[in-house]
Amino acid sequence: MRKVFSKPNSMKDTVTHYCPGCGHGIVHRIICEVIDELGIREKVIGIAPVGCAVLAYDYWDFDVTEAAHGRVPAVATGIKRVNPENIVFGYQGDGDLAAIGTAETVHAANRGENITIIFVNNAVYGMTGGQMAPTTILNQKTSTTPLGRDRKTHGFPLKVCELLSVLPGVSYAERVSVHSPAHVLKAKKAIKKSFQNQIDGFDFSVVEVLSPCPTYLGMTPEKAVKWIDETMSKVYPLGRFKDRGKE
Amino acid sequence: MAKKILMCGNEVLAEAAIIAGCRFYAGYPITPQNELPAYMSKRMPEVGGIFIQAESEISAINMVFGASLRGARAMTSSSSPGISLKQEGISYLAGCELPALIVNIMRGGPGLGNIAPSQSDYFQATRGGGHGDYRQIVLAPASLQEIADLTMLSFDLADKYRTPVMILGDGILGQMMEPVELASRLETQDSRQKKDWILDGCKGRKPRIIRSLLLGKGELEELNNRLQRRYKEIKDKEVRCEILYGDDSDVMLVAYGTTSRICSNVVKDLRARGKKVGLVRPVSLWPFPEKQLKELAERVKSFLVVEMSCGQMIEDVKLSIECKRPVHFYGRSGGEVPAEDEIIREVEKIA
Repeated sequence: MRKVFSKPNSMKDTVTHYCPGCGHGIVHRIICEVIDELGIREKVIGIAPVGCAVLAYDYWDFDVTEAAHGRVPAVATGIKRVNPENIVFGYQGDGDLAAIGTAETVHAANRGENITIIFVNNAVYGMTGGQMAPTTILNQKTSTTPLGRDRKTHGFPLKVCELLSVLPGVSYAERVSVHSPAHVLKAKKAIKKSFQNQIDGFDFSVVEVLSPCPTYLGMTPEKAVKWIDETMSKVYPLGRFKDRGKE
Repeated sequence: MAKKILMCGNEVLAEAAIIAGCRFYAGYPITPQNELPAYMSKRMPEVGGIFIQAESEISAINMVFGASLRGARAMTSSSSPGISLKQEGISYLAGCELPALIVNIMRGGPGLGNIAPSQSDYFQATRGGGHGDYRQIVLAPASLQEIADLTMLSFDLADKYRTPVMILGDGILGQMMEPVELASRLETQDSRQKKDWILDGCKGRKPRIIRSLLLGKGELEELNNRLQRRYKEIKDKEVRCEILYGDDSDVMLVAYGTTSRICSNVVKDLRARGKKVGLVRPVSLWPFPEKQLKELAERVKSFLVVEMSCGQMIEDVKLSIECKRPVHFYGRSGGEVPAEDEIIREVEKIA
């Protein structure tokens, strides 16, 4: 019998710790598929964030480290500058990249570091128990915005791709989603491009992935993907914000 | 004899680091250590190394974290307020067992303080500084030659024990100029050990993970126990200190760095007048020369600790001698430097 679907080589055979309906597992897998397809497993160094995805090294079968909260782009800069032959990517959630690590993100991007950042935006904090994220949308209820995010009290949702795409050091910024099979395929294409860009010596590449967190959205997995489709992606429109090639 | 050159302390430190094989520097400007990154920005490209002016001290220490785990000899430098910002990163370096050199050219605090020399970060440096059960090796040079020698040593110690090492200087040592011999030290590069734990891509080997998050039952205690065993070995093997007139002194001064230079003049003056005064100068502040002080307490009548702080190292002196002798203190803070005659007056009060 012909085998038509199998685990990527870069992925470990392990039981998931993620909640049912969580998007992290999909994004982890896409990254592994891309690494396999590009044949870069032995060159890759991945950096896990603080947050639910800190345990990414339980899934990824290549060299991985973890950074202090928000410091992924600084750690990536250190690794990549020491040996530009390595393919260095950071995996960050919305708190890590867009709250505590905003400075590291903006400056690594603006220096045009030859690295790849995969930014998983699920509009809420997962590991700490469903608090407001910088990307929580207006009126969204979280454990620290019990009446919903209010622009006057909590400010506005932060649009990372829009923000980063204006920086001259950014080669590539695209927002994708994993809320349907068709979107997963598109997300994989973008992630593959962000790695290929690095191989080709481009500056900073970032892919933002809208990803469901049913547990802290307080929804069933089915409703969570619907919410991304109908509500979240209206605030965070999908698409390519920048693709300026090599400079 | 090798040629002596005249440089300021911050520059000596930078050049010594390069001689020791340091090829990665990241830092953020802060007075009084700015000559160090400026020198690195010029010198690193000449030797094929990396210089990055980071967006913050936090980012700089994390760049060092990345460079270190990739196998480079890496360092950062700053001064007191900036070192406070680096504490998170230093704790992660300790937790991930990564070598690195952190230089603190101390200035007055607390808060923004001032830019004058100080020794008020002793507690922060010797107790770990950041969160968690860890220590770092802390070396305190008192001359520019010693800055050069200890900088080279610090990279070897960091690699050997896989731990962050701090050079604790002050604004005077960073800014002053003295002739220094650097050329004959080139051999330290050869002492570098092969690092079989770095992340460099898993070609021909199993993938490696570098992390400090240990959630499994007993895993974190195992790491802490391993670190403690290493710290014990460091305490056994890496104590460095200089003692003047340890055999016949009634009063023993205890001082490190800049203050020890002033105290050695005090000892000279008082000895010339027939007073039995000596000096203990800890070179390693952690590990602290506990045994040496304990032995001295058998013969010496009292101790006088002199610091450019309100009294920090004095606690280690008291702990070392188990309070068997009176331990007096004289300190100036806020960027003020104790003068010889002030210290002599203190000695005369005691003896």
